[in-house]
Amino acid sequence: MNNSLLSQVYSRSVKGILLFTLILMLVPAFVSSSYFISVLILVGLYTLISTGMNMLMGFAGQISLGHAAFYGVGAYSSAYVTVKLGMPSIVGILVGVLLTAIIAFIVGIPTLKLTGHYLALATLGIGMIAFTFFKQWKDITGGLNGFFGIPALNLFGIEFDSEVKFYYLVWLIALLGILLTRNVVQSRVGRAFRAIHSSEIAANSIGVNIQKYKLQVFILSAVYASIAGSIYAHYVSFINPMLFESKMSIDFLIMSVIGGSGSIWGGLIGSAVFIILGEVLKDVIPMVMHTQSSDEFQIVFFGVMLVVLLIYMPEGLAPAFVKLRNKAFNWLKLSRRRSRGAADSMENP
Amino acid sequence: MSEFLSQIVQLIFSGLTIGSIYALIAIGFVITYNITGILNFAQGEFAMLGALITISLVSAGLPKILAIVLAIGIVFLVGSMFERFAIYPARNSTVVTLIIITIAVSIALRGIALLIWGTEPKSLAPFTSGDPLSILGAVIQPQSLWAISVTIVSLILMYVFFEKSYMGKAVTACVVNRQAARLMGIRPERMSLIAISISAALGAVGGIIIAPISGATYSMGLMLGMKAFIAAVIGGISNAPAAIAGAMIIGLLESFTEGLWTSGYKDAVSFGVLILVLFVMPNGILSKVSGKRV
Repeated sequence: MNNSLLSQVYSRSVKGILLFTLILMLVPAFVSSSYFISVLILVGLYTLISTGMNMLMGFAGQISLGHAAFYGVGAYSSAYVTVKLGMPSIVGILVGVLLTAIIAFIVGIPTLKLTGHYLALATLGIGMIAFTFFKQWKDITGGLNGFFGIPALNLFGIEFDSEVKFYYLVWLIALLGILLTRNVVQSRVGRAFRAIHSSEIAANSIGVNIQKYKLQVFILSAVYASIAGSIYAHYVSFINPMLFESKMSIDFLIMSVIGGSGSIWGGLIGSAVFIILGEVLKDVIPMVMHTQSSDEFQIVFFGVMLVVLLIYMPEGLAPAFVKLRNKAFNWLKLSRRRSRGAADSMENP
Repeated sequence: MSEFLSQIVQLIFSGLTIGSIYALIAIGFVITYNITGILNFAQGEFAMLGALITISLVSAGLPKILAIVLAIGIVFLVGSMFERFAIYPARNSTVVTLIIITIAVSIALRGIALLIWGTEPKSLAPFTSGDPLSILGAVIQPQSLWAISVTIVSLILMYVFFEKSYMGKAVTACVVNRQAARLMGIRPERMSLIAISISAALGAVGGIIIAPISGATYSMGLMLGMKAFIAAVIGGISNAPAAIAGAMIIGLLESFTEGLWTSGYKDAVSFGVLILVLFVMPNGILSKVSGKRV
C-alpha cells in the first residue's frame, strides 16, 4: 500500500518532468528568434537559483537576502580561472562551487543560529559585504570596470558557442537541479526540513539535528546559485559588480515567492513569470503609458504585485497551476468517459 | 598634532550628523517593531519620500517651513496607507511573508519615486544660510547643527508623546502587553496604524534634514534604511534610547572609516559590525545596560 502510494507520487511527477523536458527540447525547433531563446536561457538560469532558494525558504523555512553573493562568487571564479589562469571552464565552475561551499559553510555556522528578522538582516549584510569586495578587490574582480573577455563555455570537448547549444545546457542543468531538489525534499532529509520549518524547538526535541540540516540546505542552495553564476559569466562574457548587488538577491527572493516557495516547480514558475512578464512589460508599457520610463513602471508593478500576491496567495502561483492542471486532467478524463459512454450506448441501444 | 585633532573633531561632527539621521529612522524601526512585530524594510523609503516631496514643494514656490510640514504630513499619510493596505491584511502571516511584503512595498515606493522624480539627484538649500563654524580648527556646517538639534527635539517630542499623552500611553501599553492592552479597551490594530504612521513621519524628518547635506535621490532610502536598521539592531531592537546610541556608533564608525581609511569599505564595515553583533550579542550591545523589563 505504502509502496504503491509512493510509486504514484513518483510516477506522476516523473511524467510531468518528462513532458516538460520534451516541450523544452522542442522549443528551439519551432522558435528561431534568438531573442526568445536568450530570454529562455535567462529563465533557466534563474530557475536553478530560485529552486535552490525554494529548498531553503519554502521547505526549510530559512530566509536569505544574500544569494547574489554566491551567484557572484560563481561568476567571478569562472572568470578568473578561465581568463587569468587560462584553465578550462569546468575547473572554473568547480572552483566556484568549492569556494561557495566553503564560504557558505563558514558564514552559515553563526548566521543560521539566527531566526526570522535577524537571519534576514545577517544574510543581507553578507550580500552587502560581498558586493563591496566585488567592487573593491580590483586585482581579482576588475573593480567597477568589470571583467571582460570570458570565453565561451567548453565542457567535455563540447564548445557551447551558440545560443541553442547554451539553451540545452542551461535547461539540462536546471532540470537536474529540480530533480535533485525533488529527491531531497521527498526524502528523510526533506521531512527534517519541514519539521524545522514548522518548529525548530519541536524538531530539535525529537532528535533532528537542526544546525546540521540548516547548514546543509544553505550550502546546497548557495551552490545552485554559484553554478548559475559560473554559467552566466560564460554566457554573457562580461560581468561587473552591479550584477551581484543586493537588488539581485531580492529579485531571486521575488521569483521564488511569486512561484510558490513551498513547491518544487515554484522556482521555475516564478522565474518564468518574473522574466517573461518583465520583458512583456518593457514592450507594453510604452504603448499604454506613452512614456520612456518602462523600467520604473516595471519596478512599481512587481512591487505591488508581490504585495497583493503575498496577501491573497501566500503560497504563490504554483497551487494555481496545479489546480489548472488538475482541471485539465479531469476534463480530459471526463470527455474520454463521455465518448466511451456514447460508444457504449451506440452498441446497446 | 593640532591638525590631527581638528580632523578628529571634524570626523566626530560628521559622524554625529549622519548618526542623528540614522537615529530618527531607527526610532521608527523600534516603534514599528515593538508594536507590530515587523522589521519594516520600507522605513528608509519614507525618508526618501520626505526629502523629495519637500524639494518639490519648495521648488513649487512654497515657503520652506510650510513645505517641510506638508511633506511630513504627506509621508504620515503614506505610512498609514502602507499599514492599512499592506500590513493589516497580512497581519496573521508568517514573519518571512511580512518581511517580503515590506521589501515589496519598498520596491514599489522606490519605483514610484523614480517615475515622479527621475534618477537625477536633487538638492535642497540649507535651512539657514550662514558661514561654517570653526571649532578646534574643524569646519562645521550650520546644517550639521540643524540636523543634530532637530533630531534631539524630535526625540524629546517622541518621549513626551509616548510617556505623557493618553494616546502615546495606549501605544506603549500595546508594546508592553498586547493582550492586556486589549482587555483595557485599547485596540492594538488602531495603535499599529498610529505607530507606523508616526514612524513614517519620523523617517521623513530624517530625510528632510539630510537633503541639504548629501542631496536626495529616489534610491537613497535603501542605504539609509539599512544603516538605521543596523543601528536599531546593534542598540537592541526593543529599546529606543539604545537604538539612538547604536545610530551614533554607526555614524561615528562610518565617518572614521571614511576619514582615516577608505570610503570604499564604509558599508562593509557597518555590515560587518552588524553581523558580529548579531552573532555575539543578538539582543544588542546595550541590552544589559539599559534593558527594560516590564
